[in-house]
Amino acid sequence: MNLAAIIENQTEIPEAVLFFILSPIMVLSALGMLVVKKAVHSALLLAVVMIGLAIFYIANQAPFLGIVQIVVYTGAVMMLFLFILMLVGVDSSDSLEETIRGQRIGAILGSLGVGFLLISLLSRADLGRPYSGLDLVNVEGNVQAIANTLFTRYVWAFEVISALLITAALGAMVLAHRERLLPRKSQRELAAERVRQSAVPVAGLPGPGTYAQHNAVDIPALLPDGTPADSSVSKVIAARGELANPNTFRMNEKNNEKNEEGQE
Amino acid sequence: MSLDYYLYLSALLFTIGAAGVLIRRNAIVVFMCIELMLNASNLAFVTFARMNGSIDGQIFAFFTMVVAACEVVVGLAIIVTIYRSRRSASVDDARLLKL
Repeated sequence: MNLAAIIENQTEIPEAVLFFILSPIMVLSALGMLVVKKAVHSALLLAVVMIGLAIFYIANQAPFLGIVQIVVYTGAVMMLFLFILMLVGVDSSDSLEETIRGQRIGAILGSLGVGFLLISLLSRADLGRPYSGLDLVNVEGNVQAIANTLFTRYVWAFEVISALLITAALGAMVLAHRERLLPRKSQRELAAERVRQSAVPVAGLPGPGTYAQHNAVDIPALLPDGTPADSSVSKVIAARGELANPNTFRMNEKNNEKNEEGQE
Repeated sequence: MSLDYYLYLSALLFTIGAAGVLIRRNAIVVFMCIELMLNASNLAFVTFARMNGSIDGQIFAFFTMVVAACEVVVGLAIIVTIYRSRRSASVDDARLLKL
């Protein structure tokens, strides 16, 4: 940043171009997080926002934080989110019904108000002196500058943070630990239980449908009375709403009649 | 371009995150929106550091990142525990203190 730019509180043009290209993408991704139905898509959009933020950190003369942002957030934290999404299951999409009536519209109006308030506040605020930039601080390099401050003035906070990290690791272990209340069942007991329960078929669940025109995992098999057997298809496919209707693939009389009519 | 635009973007992202916390019902998505708010405040810290010509803002952003990492670990462990006992990750279902 040259001196004239500092005095006018302006950044150079390439940075402005970067900002005006990247910030709409980030805002749209963030808005997309709120409206997409599946949690996995939300996670991917959040990753886009975080990478954009990392680029802005680097543009703001904080290359160390930019790299840390990518390594810690887009790397570790987003991976953790995706792992938990896999644990909790793909069918954990949001229910659209409101528990409190009018809560959604109230939340939208309230956050619009907060947004306008924050932005108008920021537009009125003034530092009272020209922005100085970090060129003088970063003379020896950004990492050196951060280290010089972190290990002198903030060394106590740095030590306390280590205690926080250890506590968090222990807390996660305690929370995720499950105490076994009953002794582990052996294979013999499991088999006996399965035979005793009439709800679960001893011979295993029926496979998905096989018909003259089509066979695929998304079509339920038909029971002898003609109704589709829900247990024959994977729960995951049912949760995604990708089940096909087996009746469209049946060689029944109605279909045959239709085909004949079509041929005529 | 004035450096203020970074602050406006930060305020906007923070607001979107707050709206997400209020609107979404899935606990994991709510958690991601909290992460968005933390990240938005980090952008403000980094921009303030550049405006003031002092590295302290970046140190603050660094500490925020560490605290956010701790918070994610513990929060996701809580979500997994709740999911285990209730078979649901919706914030509306977890309204009793015990089963």
